[in-house]
Amino acid sequence: MAEHYKPTKYKAWELTLEERFQEVYPPFSQREAVLEANRCLYCHDAPCMVACPTGIDIPTFIRKIATGNVKGSAKTILESNLMGATCARVCPVQVLCEGDCVLHADEKPIAIGRLQRYATDYANEKGIRFFKAGQPNGKKVAVVGAGPAGLSCAGELAKLGFSVTVYEKKVWAGGLSTYGIVVFREPVEVSLAEVKMIEELGVTIRNGIEIGKDLTFEELIAENDAIFVSIGLGNVPEMEIPGENLEGVHDGLDFVEETKTEALSTIKFGHRVCVVGAGNTAIDCATIARRLGAERVTMIYRRSEAEMPAYHFEYEFALKEGVSFMFLTQPVEILGKDGKVHGIKCVRMDLGQPDASGRRRPVHVPNSEFVVPCDMLIKAIGQVKPEGIIAMLAPFGIETEKGYIKVDQHNRTTHAKIFAGGDCVRSHGEASTVMAVQDGKIAAASIGEQLVGVARPLAAAVSKR
Amino acid sequence: MPDLSINFCGIKSPNPFWLASAPPANSGYQVQKAFEQGWGGAVWKTIGAPVLNVCNRYGTMDYKGSKIIGLNNVELISDRPIELNLKEMAEAKRNFPNHAVIASIMVESKKEAWQEIVKRTEQTGCDGFELNFGCPHGMSERGMGSAMGQVPEYTRMVTEWVMEVATIPVIVKLTPNVTDIVIPARAALLGGASGLSLINTINSVMGVDLDTFELQPNVGGKGGHGGYAGPAVKPIALHLLSAVAADPDILKSRLPISGMGGVETWRDAVEFMLLGATSVQVCTAVMHWGFRIVEDMIEGMSNWMEEKGFETCDDFIGKSLPRVSNFGDFDLGFQSVARINHDKCIQCNLCYIACNDAAHQCIDLKELKITDEAKERLWPVVREEDCVGCDLCSRVCPVDDCITMVEIDTGRPHITWNELVKSKPEVLEWEEMEAYRETANIHIH
Ligand SMILES: Cc1cc2nc3c(=O)[nH]c(=O)nc-3n(C[C@H](O)[C@H](O)[C@H](O)COP(=O)(O)OP(=O)(O)OC[C@H]3O[C@@H](n4cnc5c(N)ncnc54)[C@H](O)[C@@H]3O)c2cc1C
Ligand SMILES: Cc1cc2nc3c(=O)[nH]c(=O)nc-3n(C[C@H](O)[C@H](O)[C@H](O)COP(=O)(O)O)c2cc1C
Ligand code: SF4
Ligand code: SF4
Ligand code: SF4
Repeated sequence: MAEHYKPTKYKAWELTLEERFQEVYPPFSQREAVLEANRCLYCHDAPCMVACPTGIDIPTFIRKIATGNVKGSAKTILESNLMGATCARVCPVQVLCEGDCVLHADEKPIAIGRLQRYATDYANEKGIRFFKAGQPNGKKVAVVGAGPAGLSCAGELAKLGFSVTVYEKKVWAGGLSTYGIVVFREPVEVSLAEVKMIEELGVTIRNGIEIGKDLTFEELIAENDAIFVSIGLGNVPEMEIPGENLEGVHDGLDFVEETKTEALSTIKFGHRVCVVGAGNTAIDCATIARRLGAERVTMIYRRSEAEMPAYHFEYEFALKEGVSFMFLTQPVEILGKDGKVHGIKCVRMDLGQPDASGRRRPVHVPNSEFVVPCDMLIKAIGQVKPEGIIAMLAPFGIETEKGYIKVDQHNRTTHAKIFAGGDCVRSHGEASTVMAVQDGKIAAASIGEQLVGVARPLAAAVSKR
Repeated sequence: MPDLSINFCGIKSPNPFWLASAPPANSGYQVQKAFEQGWGGAVWKTIGAPVLNVCNRYGTMDYKGSKIIGLNNVELISDRPIELNLKEMAEAKRNFPNHAVIASIMVESKKEAWQEIVKRTEQTGCDGFELNFGCPHGMSERGMGSAMGQVPEYTRMVTEWVMEVATIPVIVKLTPNVTDIVIPARAALLGGASGLSLINTINSVMGVDLDTFELQPNVGGKGGHGGYAGPAVKPIALHLLSAVAADPDILKSRLPISGMGGVETWRDAVEFMLLGATSVQVCTAVMHWGFRIVEDMIEGMSNWMEEKGFETCDDFIGKSLPRVSNFGDFDLGFQSVARINHDKCIQCNLCYIACNDAAHQCIDLKELKITDEAKERLWPVVREEDCVGCDLCSRVCPVDDCITMVEIDTGRPHITWNELVKSKPEVLEWEEMEAYRETANIHIH
């Protein structure tokens, strides 16, 4: 059949379950990519590039798509960011590169993320590899946690000639790129392809080994010249209200993980779903519940629209997906029947004086209790800090900052052999994949500088932007 | 990685990408910055006779949202003091001994003047000369530039004067503003030139302002012809290059050619080299984007060479030259027809209207029922027996690879026009031509 007569199904209920979990944006065709690339002005000292935490030379990689040098384009991207294929999909481009594109005002910004995806996918599909392990320098580094920070650090270290072993407690590497980013934003295969690329640089990844349980930090420190701690954060914390143990109450991260690792048709979901929280993870939970088929999905947040931590474009996405919002609403108790959740008791809130974060403090409205019926409740109120690991590191003199591992601008901790990066050090700023990748790069450069005295140029190139 | 280095009549360069003699190669600062960023060589902005420049030197051809697909200029040769140019040239060469530094020169038509500037400039240690016989404005009115390049006798004479004293290679830069560029090219050859370069800019007037009636470029209310360059002139440059490169005299002499005129990407550069250029020069693209474009040029060409299995530039320089031919030698029996891929067709019907209004009315709009849409639009379908194979529809079709021209065998004899008129001179009369067409299965209505 003529291609364009194939029905465009844009209504969610017309799509099959599998279709609803395809990437939200289809890949660019060659023609689309070239047209979009040619729209880029190729600015000098381009603001888009300054806005990228990993400093990808955006105008150059886009121009290379325009001239037909797609291979070179991918190289330009990966030189600055080994996780370029993941970042192309998950970066909040609206507040990073695309947000600063000079065409923002008059036209519309260049679709940098999608162009980056076009180039990195091209290289991946063709199996092109750009980097080789460096000349072995005889030094050993252990990386704890195979998320974007750990993999980026491991890859950069391998390029410098280090012998690197990554310990990962989960079955697969990739961290939240594999387990936490919703599939319609990043399919698992994309993350696993990056893992493979890092392994091909000579990095050993040992899955199923939890540091602190299967191996101790003492052992790692004794056996290695340096270690990089990139353990991310933990699960969703307790809400500390009655009823949290009822059947039907889910941890948001586990829920997302299920959609990444299980067959979609086997995932249980409710028909009246409440999501507590209003961050990006909460939005992810709400939208996947909708796409799985939940009829009513309501997000409950104690402050108002203006204070919600989710990006505005994520909020808009949720609205478009048919998610409804209850602002200024605080859950006080989860109600159950026969051990199963069947409602959530809430009180209405008002906004009072600003608190320490500068946001107006929510205060109870007296006698305003009411019940929202639901058969599934998803908690998505953030992630717990890595208290266990921090306790294990304390004897080594590792200091903390607001409950996160404390590092300096070169991602050094207070112990000479221990470096750290990624979400577990993000005491301020937005926790994001691209920041984790940059931490890995900076740490690799610092380790190189400290142990073999190289990597000065890299260290300069990766100065924090 | 493939080896991009070239040897241009003894001038060595790490890659074939040179700055053309023009504003980007105006000073030591610029040339050295360009070398740092990867340019293999630079032809210094022409030095020689004293000049004064005017303001508003440029006019551009902007097309549907794209800026500068063509650039016109009324700039003259270098207006910087000659001593300064020579000092900086020497410095650039000293700092970049492995890069090609070529001095472009132009003085009035006097033997002493040419020989003096050659001797003086050689002291900089530069690798070669380029004789500017091409500037089409300002200098030509003073008997220099294209005024020399347009008269083959002058081209040869001045080349001979220079060759008498020069101890380094001399490239003659040709003007495109002639009827047949092969003639001045041969004149340069006879004059003893070591290499050729082309094209300089093309005479042009860029446009007229609809409100003020002023020309573009506008020099205080007046305008005149200037030199045209940039992507828009590439097809003209490729033609002139192929004409010179395929000329038997030039081929035999093995004079290397430096090609330019619209080179902006590595793809353009490869095309110039396939048609016989040993190096390529770039001006407008650098004026638009800066020196930084060279990184992609080098990388793109290397990737392409690797893909094709070429190890050095010599492996592909001139590879398309054997295909340069003439109308009289084309195969009249080669037949093609347009075929539409209805899976790709988006039914814009541009092919239909093009064929109907401007070709041979052999595309019909038909009901095909290839979908189950109730209101399926009509589809363009080629009546292949009537298609003359002109290729217009596939050129207008906005979808890549949707209309392809496929070769078919209609049993027509494989004969060229030249062969035909030699064996059957009578076909030059319409009646005999009709008779021949009958026998050759050619039906045109
Ligand atoms: C649901 C969700 C959606 C998100 N969406 C986005 C998004 O769209 N865009 C974006 O930029 N960011 C997003 N983020 C944030 C982003 O995923 C993180 O900032 C990023 O993954 C942090 O990388 P990391 O390497 O520091 O940690 P992680 O990705 O968390 O990786 C840490 C790894 O360490 C392992 N580990 C932990 N402890 C141990 C141990 N003791 N021994 C061995 N291994 C251990 C873990 O199993 C894990 O694999 C999202 C986060 C979540 C939760
Ligand atoms: C502004 C300008 C000034 C130029 N000045 C010179 C010159 O001084 N000497 C010369 O030989 N050619 C000169 N040229 C011609 C260029 O060297 C080159 O032949 C021409 O621009 C075609 O290349 P392009 O399409 O890459 O611009 C000039 C061109 C421009 C646009
Ligand atoms: S700011 Fe926008 S237009 Fe400029 S280089 Fe970046 S993407 Fe291109
Ligand atoms: S480009 Fe520079 S020199 Fe030329 S007119 Fe603009 S500001 Fe002046
Ligand atoms: S021009 Fe191409 S796309 Fe348009 S109708 Fe013709 S074949 Fe179809």
